[in-house]
Amino acid sequence: MEILVCVKRVPDSAENEIEVKGDGSDIKRDDLVYSVNEWDNYAVEEAIQIVDRSGGSVTVVTIGSEDSEEVVRREMAMGANNGLMLVDPAFEGSDGRGIAAILKAAVQKGTYDLVLCGAQADDGAAQVGGMLAALLDWPYASLVNKIEVQDGKKIKIGREIEGGNQEINEIELPCVLSIQTGINEPRYVGIRGIRKVASVEIPVLNAAALGVDAAAVGKAGARVKRLDYFVPQAGAGAEMLQGSTDEIAAKLIDLLKAKGGLK
Amino acid sequence: MQPALVSPASASFLGIPAVFIYILIPLIGIGVFAYIMRRRIEPLLKAAPDHRFTRYPERVRAVLKIWLAQWRHPRYLLAGILHIVVFFGFLTLAARSTQLVILGFVDGFSLPGFGGAFGHFYSAAKDYAGTAVFGSAVILAVRRLAFKPARYDVPERYGKDHTPEAILVLGLICTLLVSESLFDASLVAAQAAAGQPAHWLPPLTLGWFFRHLLAGASTAALQGIHLAAYTIHDLTFFFFLCFLPMGKHFHVITSIFNVFFMRLDHGNVKPVRHGVDESKLDELKSFGVKTFEDFTWKHMLDFYSCADCGRCSDRCPANRVKRPLSPRFISIKARDCCFKLYPLWGRTQEESKALIGSIYSEDEIWSCTTCGACEQECPLGIEYIDKMVDLRRGMVDEGMVPQSLQKPLSALEKRGNPWGKLEKKRVDWIAGVGEGCRVKLFEKGEAAETLYFVDSITSYDDRMQKVAQATARILCAAGVDFGVLGKDEKDSGHEVRRFGEEMLFQTLKEQNTEAIKAAEVKRIVTADPHAYNALEKDYSGLPPVQHISEVIVDAVRSGRLTLTPGDNGSKTYTYHDPCYLGRHNALYDLPRQAIDAIPGIRRAEMTGDCRDRSFCCGGGGLMLFYEPEEEQRMGVVRVKMAQEAGADVIITACPFCLVNIEDAIKVAGLEGRMEAIDLCELIDRHIQR
Repeated sequence: MEILVCVKRVPDSAENEIEVKGDGSDIKRDDLVYSVNEWDNYAVEEAIQIVDRSGGSVTVVTIGSEDSEEVVRREMAMGANNGLMLVDPAFEGSDGRGIAAILKAAVQKGTYDLVLCGAQADDGAAQVGGMLAALLDWPYASLVNKIEVQDGKKIKIGREIEGGNQEINEIELPCVLSIQTGINEPRYVGIRGIRKVASVEIPVLNAAALGVDAAAVGKAGARVKRLDYFVPQAGAGAEMLQGSTDEIAAKLIDLLKAKGGLK
Repeated sequence: MQPALVSPASASFLGIPAVFIYILIPLIGIGVFAYIMRRRIEPLLKAAPDHRFTRYPERVRAVLKIWLAQWRHPRYLLAGILHIVVFFGFLTLAARSTQLVILGFVDGFSLPGFGGAFGHFYSAAKDYAGTAVFGSAVILAVRRLAFKPARYDVPERYGKDHTPEAILVLGLICTLLVSESLFDASLVAAQAAAGQPAHWLPPLTLGWFFRHLLAGASTAALQGIHLAAYTIHDLTFFFFLCFLPMGKHFHVITSIFNVFFMRLDHGNVKPVRHGVDESKLDELKSFGVKTFEDFTWKHMLDFYSCADCGRCSDRCPANRVKRPLSPRFISIKARDCCFKLYPLWGRTQEESKALIGSIYSEDEIWSCTTCGACEQECPLGIEYIDKMVDLRRGMVDEGMVPQSLQKPLSALEKRGNPWGKLEKKRVDWIAGVGEGCRVKLFEKGEAAETLYFVDSITSYDDRMQKVAQATARILCAAGVDFGVLGKDEKDSGHEVRRFGEEMLFQTLKEQNTEAIKAAEVKRIVTADPHAYNALEKDYSGLPPVQHISEVIVDAVRSGRLTLTPGDNGSKTYTYHDPCYLGRHNALYDLPRQAIDAIPGIRRAEMTGDCRDRSFCCGGGGLMLFYEPEEEQRMGVVRVKMAQEAGADVIITACPFCLVNIEDAIKVAGLEGRMEAIDLCELIDRHIQR
């Protein structure tokens, strides 16, 4: 099975203290460290496991600047066979539909049976997977936490439903799936793994090479525009418990008892 | 004069001279033994290299102390003394057994140098030795069968009980001793009956008992016993010899070699591959141990040498809290695996399977805190830490790292600390040092004689920052001109290396080495034993490294630091030896001297569980992030030991110990009754200012 996995380079919320710029246009990016979006990492691991079981190859694609190469290399160190970078100044400022349109062009450049995306990105809106499927007119399933390859035409997938329920679907290939964390245990990639793939050639395609109309994507083509970005003020509805851990715990128990939460 | 009995070499069976049989038995015995040994050596020749043909004087000393003097045996008193008796008995009886074998085809043979007065002395010595070994073997068998010490148990997941093998061997030993004594006793009885001058049998020995027992026997019976005893001794001797390499009694042969080649240093970690320089690691195709042949030949020799005594596992904190790790079975499972891959008869298995997933589990290998209690205990010099690290290197190389460890490793790579906190916040603790003590910053271009290497947990953890502040105040009070690296300091990488992520460790080491060299200091001081051990053992080319306890004791002795009296003895303190200060660096006394420098302080020892028998708090560095399967926390066991010692306060000298022990006090429900404090905090409280 030929699998394309869409990945994104994001500031890791665990390793950064995210601060918003005063003008609300973006976060402060001077002292950030980046990593591959967590959901995407699960998607790559899943793709590698599928290929280990039933053959084929895994290609990892990303849209961004030259800086994005590090995340493509990391995923190739995990075991993805090929990398692909979509880089063009015209792509900057794309909204979800713009990103999906660029990815659609990349999908159509190859012969993929399956396209995987993370369910969402740390800094995203969980929209690209669905839009990409719609633009391709392929079937789509979101929040997938189980994939079972059956034959060349169909696969069985499990989806996580709110409340912890599980749904199993059959879906025709080719299709797009958005992957939920917890579907597997992504393998570890160390410095040694990355160095091993350090010299592997990664093709870079721009708008022209992809056949994407530069005016339809990027800032110019975006139909969703961000107006503001800020840290919301702490609401009045929240009561912050003060004191030592023991005191807080004691107060919490009292409150829960008072409201009938504890018998 | 006619001999009282026909000797083995002159006897004949059914007309065939017995000499033929008595030559044939050793020939076949030695032939089979040589074949078995050739098969056993085969995997060692395919193993990874290990540079142990070095430092001969130290190795000879190790053999004299640990092998010959049985130094570690009395740590388990009864079993140890019994083993010493058997060991020296075997050494003494080796000459007699050799003589007996040759007597079968050379009549009246005696070993060169064993004639005359020494011969008489030796004869009596070996009779008493044999009797003592016999007595010990009986006690050992009773102990095995009736008292069943818990450390010999074989949990179901590790296979069958090992008692039958132990009893068989004790039976073989007794057979050898009884037959040897009967051989002598029957001749002496016959000599006495014939009125000939009889060979003297020392009183109360086995031979002496048998001679009295045989006093009334006929010459024919004595002749029969004489030859039967000889034949049984000969057969048993060679059967035993060939049986040794089949299991745990292989140590009878391998122990001297295993001790000779044993680990001579503590706290260090073996290179990824001996003979491959750190700068050439990228050229290696594979890292660590993945299949059996990836072990070094010494590690394989360890597997052969394990005597199954269970001391390692008895002292292993992971085993104690029921993590899925028992060092004893790391050895035994590997030995079983080796015997399957290299069977005595039949072909060597072509392809070696991955060890993880077949004989070892991932959790088993991550469960080790590298505390070193097992290695401290092993009477045979078997090592475990390097094997754990090598197996982890293999797992890391294959991407088999639990999610709980991937996050901190990634943060260490990006930010130089396992929490992913900002580099510039590494010096936040300085704000709390207080007036009258200024901490210089090398990153700002300041100069100082001493570098205080803080390391990650003490820099970032809210609670441990107090240890950093106390350390700084001690240095100030002692008049030390010191500074810190600030944002240029990265995690020492001590656990990064011990968790198998060698390349990340190398990166951290390079960054720190560069920063330390740029600071141009005369010495490094740290209050974190893990950092201390890393800088001392894993790094090279740095100025001398001291633990803070050394600075304290020095300053007190020279009068630069005066400590005020304690709390009038209202509290009892106990000192918990951190593994990387104690066992791995032998710093047992300095921290105690530092504590005792506080006038009037009352200190109790956790007798039996202190110094080199200290019990690990639960592990430091990345071990704080690992989520082990366990029935209880190591820290809780430790806190209860302190309680039993009558202590109200546990003093430790390691930030990780402090984290684990403070948590454990809460888990054990001893809050308010027991507290933990770092050595630096305690000293800081008592500085005369």
